[in-house]
Amino acid sequence: MTLTQNAGIEASPYKGAGRLAGQPKVASRLRFPLKELGPVATLAVLVLVFSLASAQFLSASNLKVVLESSAIPVVLVVGLSFILIQGSIDLSIEGVMAASSMLVSLLIANSVTGFDLGWWAILAGACLGSAFGLVNGLVYTFLRLPSLIVTLATWFVGLGIATLLFPGRQPQILDERLTRLALDKSLGVSALVFLALAVAVFGWLLQTYTQFGRMSYAIGRDEKATRQSGQHVRFHKILAFVLMGLMSGVGGVMISAQLAVGNPAAGEGFLFPAVSAAVIGGTLLSGGTGGVLQSIIGVFILEVLRNGMIQLGVDPYLRHVAEGLTIIAALVIGNWSLRGRLRIVK
Amino acid sequence: MTPVLAATNIGKTYPGVRALHDVSVELRQNEVLGLIGQNGSGKSTLLKILSGMEQPTTGKIRLRGVDTIVRSPLAAASMGIGLVHQEQSLIPNLTVAENIFFDKPSPHRRFGIYNWRGLNREAARQLAKLECDIPPDIKVDALSFPDRQMVEFAKVLAIEELIDQPLVILFDEPTSLLSPSEVEDLFRQIRRLRARASVVFVSHRMEEVLEISDRVHVMVNGENVAERTQDTTSHEELYHLMVGSRRSDDYYQESGREPVEAFEPRLVVAGLTAPGRFRDVSLSVRSGEIVAVTGVAGSGAETFCRAIFGAEDGVVGSVKVAGHELGLSAMPDEAIRAGIGYVPAERKLEGVIVGRTVLENIILTFGPQMGRIGLINRKKETAQALSWINRLKVKTPSPVEYVERLSGGNQQKVSLAKWLMSDRLQVLILDHPTRGLDPGAKADLFGVMRELARQGLAIVFVSETLEETLGMADTVIVMRDGEVSAKFEDLCLHKPRPEQIVEAMV
Repeated sequence: MTLTQNAGIEASPYKGAGRLAGQPKVASRLRFPLKELGPVATLAVLVLVFSLASAQFLSASNLKVVLESSAIPVVLVVGLSFILIQGSIDLSIEGVMAASSMLVSLLIANSVTGFDLGWWAILAGACLGSAFGLVNGLVYTFLRLPSLIVTLATWFVGLGIATLLFPGRQPQILDERLTRLALDKSLGVSALVFLALAVAVFGWLLQTYTQFGRMSYAIGRDEKATRQSGQHVRFHKILAFVLMGLMSGVGGVMISAQLAVGNPAAGEGFLFPAVSAAVIGGTLLSGGTGGVLQSIIGVFILEVLRNGMIQLGVDPYLRHVAEGLTIIAALVIGNWSLRGRLRIVK
Repeated sequence: MTPVLAATNIGKTYPGVRALHDVSVELRQNEVLGLIGQNGSGKSTLLKILSGMEQPTTGKIRLRGVDTIVRSPLAAASMGIGLVHQEQSLIPNLTVAENIFFDKPSPHRRFGIYNWRGLNREAARQLAKLECDIPPDIKVDALSFPDRQMVEFAKVLAIEELIDQPLVILFDEPTSLLSPSEVEDLFRQIRRLRARASVVFVSHRMEEVLEISDRVHVMVNGENVAERTQDTTSHEELYHLMVGSRRSDDYYQESGREPVEAFEPRLVVAGLTAPGRFRDVSLSVRSGEIVAVTGVAGSGAETFCRAIFGAEDGVVGSVKVAGHELGLSAMPDEAIRAGIGYVPAERKLEGVIVGRTVLENIILTFGPQMGRIGLINRKKETAQALSWINRLKVKTPSPVEYVERLSGGNQQKVSLAKWLMSDRLQVLILDHPTRGLDPGAKADLFGVMRELARQGLAIVFVSETLEETLGMADTVIVMRDGEVSAKFEDLCLHKPRPEQIVEAMV
C-alpha cells in the first residue's frame, strides 16, 4: 500500500523532513518555542523605544530598579503559571500576601509584640501561604466549586485575617536579617532578586522535568482524557494551589522585607499585574498553554513599560491607560495565528 | 484451546436504561473479532467493560482462563488489555513520547521526574514497531489525524513491555474519521499485529468489519443476536441482522436520480483559492443537482466547502449564488443571506447547540425573520419548525426535548431543519453528513437529501465513503493536494468505477 502511505505523509504538516529521513527533529520542547517569541519581540521593541526616548533608561542603575521591582511579580507568576496552565485561576494572591506579611511582621522581632522567632517567622509566613493554597485546592477539588469563586472568597478571608492580626499600631520590623534582604546589595541587586531568580529556575525545572509539570499541561488541555488515563488530577490540582499559596506567602515575606513594617494592605496591587503578565507572556486563561518562562517575560514587559513611562515623565493616569492598551496589543499580536473565523472566544 | 478473553452473561444497567443484557463473547488467540451493531446497540458499552472503564452489573470476565475483575483502564493495561479510543485519548499539547507513556509506568520517569532523552528514545522504539517514524518530541497538536491514530496505536502497543503475554487490543470505531486509503493503512497494521495479539474490532461499517474480521458478532439493543464467521456471511445478511429489515436494493434511492442539465446553475464557484489549503477550484451546481466533493484527509475538500460558506480566511476567487456575487471577505452571514446553508461535520461543536431544545435549535437562525421589526413571531416560527420535524421524521419524544438526547441521525436532521426554515435557501453544503450515523439513519438521511434535490435545492456534500459518493452524487469532484484532480459528471448515465476515483485521490 505505498499509495496510502503517501497520502498519510502529504497530510502531515512536517512534510517529509522528519518522517521520511527518519531523523527526529531536535528537542523542540526544551527550547523556547519559536511560535511563542511574540512576547520576547514585544519586550525588545519596548526596550528599544524607551532607550531611544530616554537617556537614563538603559543605565545600569535604572535596569537594577526594573529588576528590583520585578522580583515579587516574578515569584507570583511562577506559582500562577501552573494554576493558569491547568485552566484554573487564583484571585486570593493579595489576601494571602497580606496575611502572610502581617504574620511575619508580628512573629519576627518587632515594635509591637514580644516575639522574636527570626527565620522561623519567615517560615511561618510561607507556611501560612501554603495553608491558604491547600484550603483553596481542597475546596476547589472536593466541593467542586469554581476556583474563581473559591479564591475570591479566600482573598477576603486573607484580608480579614490580616486586619484582625493588625494590633492597632503598625509593627516596625526590627530584625535586620529580614530587612537586609531588601537593602544589602551584591552584584548591585538585593537578595530578593536572587531569590526570584532561584524561584524562576525552580519553576522551570518543575514545569519541564516533573510529572506535576507535565500533568498540569494535560489537565489544562483535556482534563477528562487525563482522568481516564488513570492520572490523579485532583492531586495535581491541589499541588498547584499549594505551590501558588507558597509563592504568595513568599511574596508576603518579600514585601515585608521591602516595607520593613507589617501592613494589612501589603498585597494591594499585585493580583492584576501578575495575571496580566502571565497572559501577555502567553500563559492564557484557557489553560494548557504558555509556561513559567513566558509568564516571566510578561512580567518584564509590564515592568519595563511602567518604568519607561516614569522615565519619560508620563502622567500617572495616562500610564494606566497605556498599560491597559499594551495588554490588549500584546494579546492581539500573540493570538494572531489562532484567529479563525468561527473560533469562539469567551 | 482456552479463549484469551471470555466474557459470559454480561449485563449492564444504567439508571433507567438497560445497555447490555446477557451478552457473551469469546476472543480466541490471534484472531480478529468483529463487533457490529447500530448506534446504541451496546457495542461501545461492552468495550468499556472489557477495558475497565465501566463495571458490569452482572456476568464475569475470564482472562487467559482465569476469572478476572478489570477495575480500571490502568488495571486493564497491566493485564495486557489496551483500548484504541474512538475519540482519541491523546492530549494535544503534550509530546508524542509523553502521550505514549501517559498512562503507564516508565523507567524514564522516576519519582515524578522526567528523563526526556530516555523517554523519547523509548517512544521512538515503540513507533518503530509500526514502521512509523513520527518524531517523538513533537507535540501531538502538530500531527495530522492519521498520524495521531498511529500514536494512539503505539500507546496501546507499548503495553507489550509491561506483560509477557500476547496483548488484547480493542478498537472502538477506529475508522469513523479516516478516509478510505487511511482505513487500508490501518488494516495493514492490524493484520501485522495479529501474529502477537488478539483483536476486537468495533464498527458500524459492515464492509470494514467483514474485510478485517475472522468472526463477527452482531449486536442489537444490548443483546448479542448472532455470531457468524467471515466466510459464511455476507453484507446483506449482516445488514438484515443489524437493522432488522432487509437492505433495499435502492439504498441511495438512485431511482430518484435524474439528469439535471436542463436546469439553471444555482451555485457557480470560479477559481476559488485559499493559499496553502486549495488552489483554483471551480464548480457549478445546478438546481436539483447533488455534487460530491471527495479526497483524502488534507486534500482540501472540506476546507473548500467551508470556504464557499465563508468560514475560511484569506479566500480569493468568485462565488455566485443564483447570479448574485458574494463578497468573500464577509463573514458567513452574507452567504446565509444569499441562501447558502451549511451543515458542519462536527455536529456537537458547530451543528447543534447542546443544552437547548430541538425547537430552539431549529428556529435559531431563521425564526426571527418570521417576525417583523425585530419582534419574534413565536406562533409562526413554532408552526414552521414543527412542520419540518414532521417532514424530516425527526424522532424526538417532544419538540422541547434537549437536542443532545436525540440520536446522531436525528441531531443531523435538526441541523438540516434549521436551514430549511429559510425561505431563500438555494444551496445546501453538507460536510460529512453521515459521520457517526448507523446504516438505518444513513438511509433516512439519503432519502431526505434526494427529496430536497428533487424540490430544486442545489446540494454539495463531502462524503464519508466511496460507496456513498457513487450512490448519491450526480457529479463527483475529486481533490488532491488542494487541486481538482478529476471530475465525473452525469453519474446517472455512466458511473465511474471506484478504482477510478481512488486513483484520482492519491
